[in-house]
Amino acid sequence: MRRWRHGSVNTVLAFHDLDFGYDGRSVLRGVNLAIPAGDFVSVVGPNGSGKTTLLKLALGLLKPTAGEVTVFGEKPERARHRIGYVPQHAQLDPLFPVSALDVVLMGRLGLGPSLGPWRRRDQDAARAALAEVGLSEHADRHFAALSGGQKQRALIARSLAGEPELLLLDEPTAGLDALIEEGFFRLLETLNRRLTIVMVSHDLGFVAGFVKSVICVGHKVVVHPTSAITGQVIADLYGADMRLIRHDHRCSEEGHQC
Amino acid sequence: MLTAVAFLGPLAAHAFLRYALLGGLLVAIPCGLVGSYVVIRRISYIAGAISHSVLAGLGLVQYLRVVHGVTWLSPLGGAAAAALVSAMVIGWVSLHLRQREDTVIGAVWAVGMAAGVVLISLTPGYAADLMSYLFGNILMLTPRDLILIAALDVAVLLVVALFHKQLLAVCFDDEFASLRGVRTTRYHFLLLGLTALTVVVLVSVVGIIMVIALLTLPAAMANHLTRRLSHMMAVAALLCAVLTVAGLALSYGPDLPAGAVTILLTGALYFATALIRRR
Repeated sequence: MRRWRHGSVNTVLAFHDLDFGYDGRSVLRGVNLAIPAGDFVSVVGPNGSGKTTLLKLALGLLKPTAGEVTVFGEKPERARHRIGYVPQHAQLDPLFPVSALDVVLMGRLGLGPSLGPWRRRDQDAARAALAEVGLSEHADRHFAALSGGQKQRALIARSLAGEPELLLLDEPTAGLDALIEEGFFRLLETLNRRLTIVMVSHDLGFVAGFVKSVICVGHKVVVHPTSAITGQVIADLYGADMRLIRHDHRCSEEGHQC
Repeated sequence: MLTAVAFLGPLAAHAFLRYALLGGLLVAIPCGLVGSYVVIRRISYIAGAISHSVLAGLGLVQYLRVVHGVTWLSPLGGAAAAALVSAMVIGWVSLHLRQREDTVIGAVWAVGMAAGVVLISLTPGYAADLMSYLFGNILMLTPRDLILIAALDVAVLLVVALFHKQLLAVCFDDEFASLRGVRTTRYHFLLLGLTALTVVVLVSVVGIIMVIALLTLPAAMANHLTRRLSHMMAVAALLCAVLTVAGLALSYGPDLPAGAVTILLTGALYFATALIRRR
């Protein structure tokens, strides 16, 4: 059992006494979390519980009503260039005239001269990122013609092209079938050797075999490593087809409400 | 086809036809480039509102020239000013009151029209111009107009060459672009500004009411034929050039309005290709 210290050198993402709400409705209250470098975290919870909100707060796209978020010890806005963000691909226009390589190149924005066409090193970095996710031979295909799983990989390559240290993924496996999902998690497992990964997931059952820890989002989220929830309890809750690597479940103080 | 060949004789004989032809070719560049952005960014209705608000600028210039003797004002300048103002108003409102964007588009659209109609009715003796504003008159292009259109071509090409990466990223996924440090608001306004200026030059060819079709339909067709934005822009510009010139050539013999014939050709091609694709 380990308690993550706030502000320690290896903390990548931290929430301190954070509240968030809009239109007078409280979404998150009293969130205290610290995610260490090298972690592979899955954020789970019911729809509307604030999982995506947590990611958007980490990116600085949303501002907390109280408390603060730090990424690499800085404000999110200042640390954005070190974050790779992978949104849900379903929200993108299917007719949009871009190749897979065009999409991945967008991850290079902010790294070189901003005027004029892409430079050689941007092209090389984008191709390397495509190779890393196994899409080398699809570089020049229409992005829209890629399968759901390939699109998701291309979006990961886009974030990798920006040379991030922290990867934030929003429901990356929504709409993918189980077999593709498995391969997808193997890719994330490989990336986790050099990157910290935080992933919002719709289903704990699928991720438990790959992730190192789980954050449950209810109305309140706090760091609460617990050994009270054993693998057997989780297996009973979510079905038996999963493997637990570690038992660091960080759940609300009141118990397991996700 | 025969009409088109028969067009070559008058073309050699009349300077105004050569200006019209050159004008049609020159507007094809911003039409293809900016039209592609308008289609992929899904802001055709903003373009529609901008084009209708142009009437206010044209009306105001005409009113000031005739009633107050301010002769140095040019209609094209008034049109550009009105287009830019309405583009910025829509941009500002959509930024700060996101959910009300469609209402504001409708308001700018109708208020611009209404202001133009009132100003034109206050101006003695110029009601005839209303028709050419609304439906375009490519045959009235002057060498000075052509120089302005050519200058706009250069400006649009330059902006696209310099900021293509950012504009593409903003159109594709503006949230991601902003996370990569792109000032997305600035590029959104740049796009609205380009749209406004493009609308103004297209108004001289097909008129206020039909601009939206010439701006978006060639780009929409090009979107289905290509897989990259740069290719889409080139094909859209080519289609726009062919359609404008064909509209001019086919309308000249039977003395039909060139703008309307251009739009009929554009629409016919658009629906025909859409039907073929469905099979």
